[in-house]
Amino acid sequence: MKNIIGFIRQNFTFFSFLILQIVSLVMLSSYSKSHQTFFGNWNNAVAGSVNSYYNEWAYFFALKATNAKLVAENVALRNQLAENFVPYDTSRKLGTLVLRKDSLEKIRKFYYYPAKVVGNSFTLQKNYITIERGALQGVKKDMAAISPEGSIVGVVVEVNDSYSKIMSLLHRNSKVSAMLKRDRVAGSIEWDGQNPEILSLKNISKSALPKIGDTVLTSPYSSSFPAQLMIGRVTSIVQDPSSNFLTLNIKSATNFYNLEYVYLVENKRMDAQSDMEQKEDNNE
Amino acid sequence: MNNILKNSIRFILFLLVQIIILNEVPPLHQFITPYLYFIFILWLPFGTNRLATTLLGFALGYSLDMFTNTPGLHAAAATLIGYLRPTILNILLAQEATEEITKEPSIGTMGWGPYLIFIFSLTFLHHFYLVLLEWLQFGSFGYFLGKVFFTSLMSMLLILLVELLLNRRKLKR
Repeated sequence: MKNIIGFIRQNFTFFSFLILQIVSLVMLSSYSKSHQTFFGNWNNAVAGSVNSYYNEWAYFFALKATNAKLVAENVALRNQLAENFVPYDTSRKLGTLVLRKDSLEKIRKFYYYPAKVVGNSFTLQKNYITIERGALQGVKKDMAAISPEGSIVGVVVEVNDSYSKIMSLLHRNSKVSAMLKRDRVAGSIEWDGQNPEILSLKNISKSALPKIGDTVLTSPYSSSFPAQLMIGRVTSIVQDPSSNFLTLNIKSATNFYNLEYVYLVENKRMDAQSDMEQKEDNNE
Repeated sequence: MNNILKNSIRFILFLLVQIIILNEVPPLHQFITPYLYFIFILWLPFGTNRLATTLLGFALGYSLDMFTNTPGLHAAAATLIGYLRPTILNILLAQEATEEITKEPSIGTMGWGPYLIFIFSLTFLHHFYLVLLEWLQFGSFGYFLGKVFFTSLMSMLLILLVELLLNRRKLKR
């Protein structure tokens, strides 16, 4: 016993080195498996507040670009206003034209929330975006995030009271169901970690015959994303003779370098859909 | 200036430079990620004992991890170079020089050759281990070697630039 204690005392520095290494590796591996923070929300709160302080500066320098983007978006929205579409009056009898209650609300599937980006990374293998909107403001896990231009950004993976974390498309584990606009063949969008402007679209059937420049949209199979949102355009096609599927390189339509705001999309029927998808098949 | 105060300022300064500037720079190339924060470990005074450099390495790496959402990744790499630093200094310098507490590694105190070997070996070890930890989960071998090598070159360049910028040789007189 004495010898063991003596041995540990002699090599105390080496043992503390080993212990620190083991602590680091355990943190790293347990973090990779799930997307939960190792020490709960504590890290998120500290880094979140520093990030939002830093963001105040960065935000100031980007005001001009943000303003231009908002103006463009306002114009796009204004063009969709109901006043712009005036049908010729073909009614034959008088009726109530104004509904007091929005009857469409009963069948609403998607609801949009704005959120300010306070933290964003794109240089790592696993990139996350932190936003200043949390559970108290209606954010839930698995909500989709899209950019102001309407292209997709990522999926919410972690929520606390006032901040949430989005797993960006630029994340090794990110997977989004997508399709080619040309012939509606579905595949999945992933990222190989090399170039933040290039995503890859995998599992496209060889019968699809994609061409360079084809548009890639979200597919209707995703429970988080509304269908037909822009993802990007095909830049090159990787032929793999040993497989039945093609891999396409996609130039991402989202500019991840200067995200200021994102819109979160809530699918009001997500629970019902995932319930149904997880139900076991009783007919076997 | 007081040694402890000076080093605390460096700890915070280089961490902030890494978080606010280098992590925000759009990637120049898929191989190159600029890293500078670990220069704090390289610049600790000669006589700092091994336990202290190891613990400081862990503290530095973990502080950076909190901001990059990768708990343990930089902590592991910085702990490694903290632990190996005294070994490399002992190989490069005479016994008396490595026990000096008032001086710290620089071109002025070590000379060009030993100083370059010193920073290159620790930089290379740091990136090798860092990329290896990422690579265990992902990547190909050519990508791995290229990334380690070019990221090390980039860091060397940054360290020499900081060296020129702060001009520590004059301060020594």
